[in-house]
Amino acid sequence: MPMIKRPSANRCIQPALRSIAPCMIAVLLAMPVASTQSVPTAAVPAATLTHPASAEKAPDADGFLQRWLLLEPIGTIGLTDNAVQSAVKKEYFPGQFTIIPHDGDKVKNGDTELTWHAVDTKLYNVNLYHFARSYGKKTSDVLFWAVALVNAPQEMRNVRLAIGSNAASVWWVNGQEVIGIYGDRQTVIDDGVSKRLTLKKGPNIVRAAIVNGGGATDFCARFLDANDKPIKGITVSLSEVHP
Amino acid sequence: MGCVSMKSVRVFAAVILVTSLFALDGTVGIHDPSTIIQCNGKYYTYGTGGSSLVSDDGWTWRRGTALPRRGLAPDVIHLGDRYFLYIAANSGPTKADVSLLTNKTLDPDSPDYKWEEGGVVASSDGVEDANAIDPGVLLDPTTKRLWLTYGSYFGYIRLVELDPKTGRRLNPKDTPRNIAINSEASDMIYHDGWYYLLVTHGSCCRGADSGYNIRVGRAKQVIGPFLDNMGIYMIQGGGKLFVGSAGRAIGPGHFGLLDLGDGVQKFSLHYEADLDRGGASVLDIRPLQWKDGWPLPGENAKEGTYEIESLRTGTSLELAVEGFPVGGRPVRRGPPPGGTPGAGAPPAPGGSGSGTGGGIFAGTGSPIPAQDVAQVSTKWPSGNIDVRMGNYMLQAQQKWTITPVLNAGGYPGSPYFKITIAGTDRALAATPEAELVALPAFTGAPEQLWRLDQLGDASWRIMPKSIPNSREQLALSAVGSSFATLAKFDPKSEKQCWLLKIP
Repeated sequence: MPMIKRPSANRCIQPALRSIAPCMIAVLLAMPVASTQSVPTAAVPAATLTHPASAEKAPDADGFLQRWLLLEPIGTIGLTDNAVQSAVKKEYFPGQFTIIPHDGDKVKNGDTELTWHAVDTKLYNVNLYHFARSYGKKTSDVLFWAVALVNAPQEMRNVRLAIGSNAASVWWVNGQEVIGIYGDRQTVIDDGVSKRLTLKKGPNIVRAAIVNGGGATDFCARFLDANDKPIKGITVSLSEVHP
Repeated sequence: MGCVSMKSVRVFAAVILVTSLFALDGTVGIHDPSTIIQCNGKYYTYGTGGSSLVSDDGWTWRRGTALPRRGLAPDVIHLGDRYFLYIAANSGPTKADVSLLTNKTLDPDSPDYKWEEGGVVASSDGVEDANAIDPGVLLDPTTKRLWLTYGSYFGYIRLVELDPKTGRRLNPKDTPRNIAINSEASDMIYHDGWYYLLVTHGSCCRGADSGYNIRVGRAKQVIGPFLDNMGIYMIQGGGKLFVGSAGRAIGPGHFGLLDLGDGVQKFSLHYEADLDRGGASVLDIRPLQWKDGWPLPGENAKEGTYEIESLRTGTSLELAVEGFPVGGRPVRRGPPPGGTPGAGAPPAPGGSGSGTGGGIFAGTGSPIPAQDVAQVSTKWPSGNIDVRMGNYMLQAQQKWTITPVLNAGGYPGSPYFKITIAGTDRALAATPEAELVALPAFTGAPEQLWRLDQLGDASWRIMPKSIPNSREQLALSAVGSSFATLAKFDPKSEKQCWLLKIP
């Protein structure tokens, strides 16, 4: 059945989930849309994510940023351009577009307390399904905030942020909105690419809001040079104070 | 075919042309045009009777300065610091000479402009099986050796070697090689390990009754043997049809390669009769394609509405606005009263899913019209809108109309175009940052004018006439799956290759 993006459509899904995908589709097809939201269950350790053990981490060989600060998910619905733009522009907690979070920081979204977690991913992508599940949080109809502090050894001009996300996402670099991709989509490397931008010397803040509809969710991000090759020499740290 | 007498008619043919919206612009009357050649930024071609045409951009042409010889069907090449022009003359039936003229420049306004006689480089004595007219010259890119083909119907198309330093015969005593027969207007080109001999078959000089058509064969060596696609030797009359009469143009002949670099190749030719110009013989320039090792005639861009799809990503250029499904968003309906089991829900996977079972697969029961841009565009921002790429879904923000812009100049073969969202005046433009934007309205500024060159694989290179505050020549380029930008054209990449698909 080609009509729905559900867990089976995601390349990051675990083999065990792949095997049950066909029967899940049949179940999902027969369910009203609202009922496809996942129900929080007991925490399952995130197989692809670890807690950072160093101050800095270089991107992998293909340039993918593998260190992120992730906020526990916030409920939201809608993947269209307007729905996502509306969702990401809503203020959920003070300073959501400016703060540089740290591991363990907490914010209040209404009455709900949410925690920022520092993670390293073992893969090119960050599996948000693993992340949310590891804290017993729901994974469908949610918005994830993600922040990376990217340290550039010198000013870097004419670079592009290139991302992929499941599903929609909006991205900012140093406070400037640079990418928005919408709709129910899978993570494809370099799916959304920014216009040419400049990374300043020192820390640069990459901020993302990833909105998931149903099922698996993840993202990947890297910077490309003027020839569309991954840039070299940058690192990602957990603190705005460059070590 | 009475070729000699027909050719002699060409010299006296006076043709008055009017500007047409088709083919090239300006004064384009010519017969047997030489390979188009550039000199100091201008394009030149020379025809039978010593006539010439010149153009600043390859689109709008005007009458140029005549040659000192009023001969037949010249060809020209630029080697070193000189232009070598070969031009023929008949002094009797099949008694003919090909002579060399040289010049340091083709610009008559230059103080260096002076044609010098270089002597006869090939001839036929009126008895042998050859008629030494219609020269075509090739510099072999692999060996840097210079070759001349010539001949017209009476006997063979012949090949001789020239000295690339002087343009004269390398060894005058060498016997010319016969490489084809029953044709004229020969020209040889090299492509990807093969030598291609293009010749013209059929009759000329009869207006709309001219059967001229261009044929081609190929060989692994410059000396042949040349075979067509069916394995017939050209020296036995073979030749694969390259281009024949079509549309409003009758009798194409006299192929000439116009290589613009970066893998962008075009060819010049004349039509014996352009019906839109009263049946006059006119110059044209068309894209050159290659398929399965054979050249094909491409088409210049035509006005119309298209999906502009990236050859690399398969995604299509669109406005960065929220798309709405054609016919509106589907609504899940409940089962009809007393309904059929299964209605209101999709059939189970593997089920028939067809017929009149209802549910989301049943449609509306009536044709859904195309999306009305006037309706959906009311939801678009009124100012500038970003441009991106997306999965083509037949939506209004994904359909682009390309329209030639009159009096805005052009490039070899075509005028500049504006590219607007179909049904609107919202125009694609280049930004000073070498990115893309859709402006609310077309104003005619250079960054809103687009050049569309068909490439060898029939895809298109799309370039703005200029980029604000920049001298760079950049092309529309896919970057990632969902974004387009402007970048330097790379003929080895598919990033700058686009398909124009009829929506």
